[in-house]
Amino acid sequence: MAYLFEMFSLSASYGANVVLQDVNFKVDDNDFIGVIGPNGGGKTTLLKVILGLIKPAKGKIVFNKELLNGNRIGYLPQISTGDLNYPVSIADIILSGLMIGKGFFSRMSDSDKKKADEVIDELGLSGMSELNLNELSGGQIQRVFLGRAIIGNPRLLLLDEPGNFVDTTFENDFYEKLRELNKRMAILMVSHDVGTISAHIKSFACVNRSLHYHPSHEITNEDLQAYGCPIQLITHGVVPHTVLKMHK
Amino acid sequence: MEANIFQYEFVIRGLLGAVFASITAGLAGTYVVSKRMVFLSGGITHASFGGIGIGYFMGINPVLGAAVFGILSALGVEYLSVKQRIREDSAIGILWAFGMAIGIIFIYMTPGYTPNLMSYLFGSILTVSNADIIALGIMSLILIFYFGIFYRTILYISFDEVFARTYSSYVDMFKYITTSLIALTIVLNIRMAGVVLVISLLTIPPNIAMLFTRVYFKIVLWSVITGFVGTATGYVISYYAGIPTGATIIFTLVIIWVLVKGTIHILEQLARSDSSRHLSQSELK
Repeated sequence: MAYLFEMFSLSASYGANVVLQDVNFKVDDNDFIGVIGPNGGGKTTLLKVILGLIKPAKGKIVFNKELLNGNRIGYLPQISTGDLNYPVSIADIILSGLMIGKGFFSRMSDSDKKKADEVIDELGLSGMSELNLNELSGGQIQRVFLGRAIIGNPRLLLLDEPGNFVDTTFENDFYEKLRELNKRMAILMVSHDVGTISAHIKSFACVNRSLHYHPSHEITNEDLQAYGCPIQLITHGVVPHTVLKMHK
Repeated sequence: MEANIFQYEFVIRGLLGAVFASITAGLAGTYVVSKRMVFLSGGITHASFGGIGIGYFMGINPVLGAAVFGILSALGVEYLSVKQRIREDSAIGILWAFGMAIGIIFIYMTPGYTPNLMSYLFGSILTVSNADIIALGIMSLILIFYFGIFYRTILYISFDEVFARTYSSYVDMFKYITTSLIALTIVLNIRMAGVVLVISLLTIPPNIAMLFTRVYFKIVLWSVITGFVGTATGYVISYYAGIPTGATIIFTLVIIWVLVKGTIHILEQLARSDSSRHLSQSELK
């Protein structure tokens, strides 16, 4: 299987504070990896290193240039980054996912706008393209940001805590959508909710300063302890039974 | 005859001033209001008063001093907020008062009478020179081209800076340029509305516009239109009533805002009672 990127003994830090240390991590085409770990453990930092927002302090990250040339990474940040009251339409937000190939003189062509309309329909947001975010529900807002992440048809999709805003009615649709997208792109999903995501992902990466890859979607508390990855389990509703064998 | 020529010139200058003020304030103001940097803009305005004071003291054009102070304080606050080493609102608050303090000290030390000081504080169309109008006109052109050419880039950076950084390495550059242009816009409009009131010239028109539309470029258009109506009306009233221009303009704009907001509210109430009447009628049937 073709790899998308690989990290070699990579470290990242904010000033003197080392957040990721000696990480070796490879992501292949069509992977679907749940990134878990405690708060402040470096999950978001991992995504930011992949996006090039943070330069590694040590080590390196090597991208597969054939599969991942620049515009081939889609990113769904934690919901708090955009201003929900900003006067910008749903269609324009989704179009911003195409900015990477454009440079700053950017004009959106008719085919770009058609693409945005398709994404809007695909995500069940038909008829809302001229609305602002503050007129939508939490689940709809999340779909807009997902649309922005996938409009460029990326080869790699990074999701940062997508569960935070998803309402339960949309949750199943959302994961179903991800399963469908996974056929054409690898997905790295940061989440607190180990229980819910384990039913949908293919493997885990436990991040707590170091990174341990777990090549299965089943994970036990023993595994987590062995990885030095203390996680508070949040479960709501019916948890898929494959999830976690509880430690006594 | 001479009075007529004077009046003609005066009307033209006032009209052009109103047009350029509403264009610059509309473009800059929509950005300021959307990005919630009204307080920052207030800080820049008052900090630039320090430049006015130093300008008086050194015998150079106070607007030039204000421009230097305005841009430097704008860049300073942006830089601090990028570095995130200090609370931004506190930094702005300090800058705000510090600029005023410098201005007051230097004006006090300037020997003799300082003409037009009141016009810088409260705005006066009477003291606006042809050079001021030309500067505002050039600023209008710069802003129209800048926002026109880089519309999406500016819009997306100000909407979601974190995401913009994933595709562009020019985010900070655009932030610095845009904030500098806003500082310049504020300084050039100080002649019209005065240090104390100019921020309202930027913030009231977009807020009136947002009562009609939530689309960014339409907010700009409506801001320019309402800004022009408010500025021109305020200008005429201030001329005939002999009261300060800046205060009259802001007063007029607030009245427009209240009237529009009130009208929309009443219309909504009417629509609601209308639909509930329809509802009860259909219930009767």
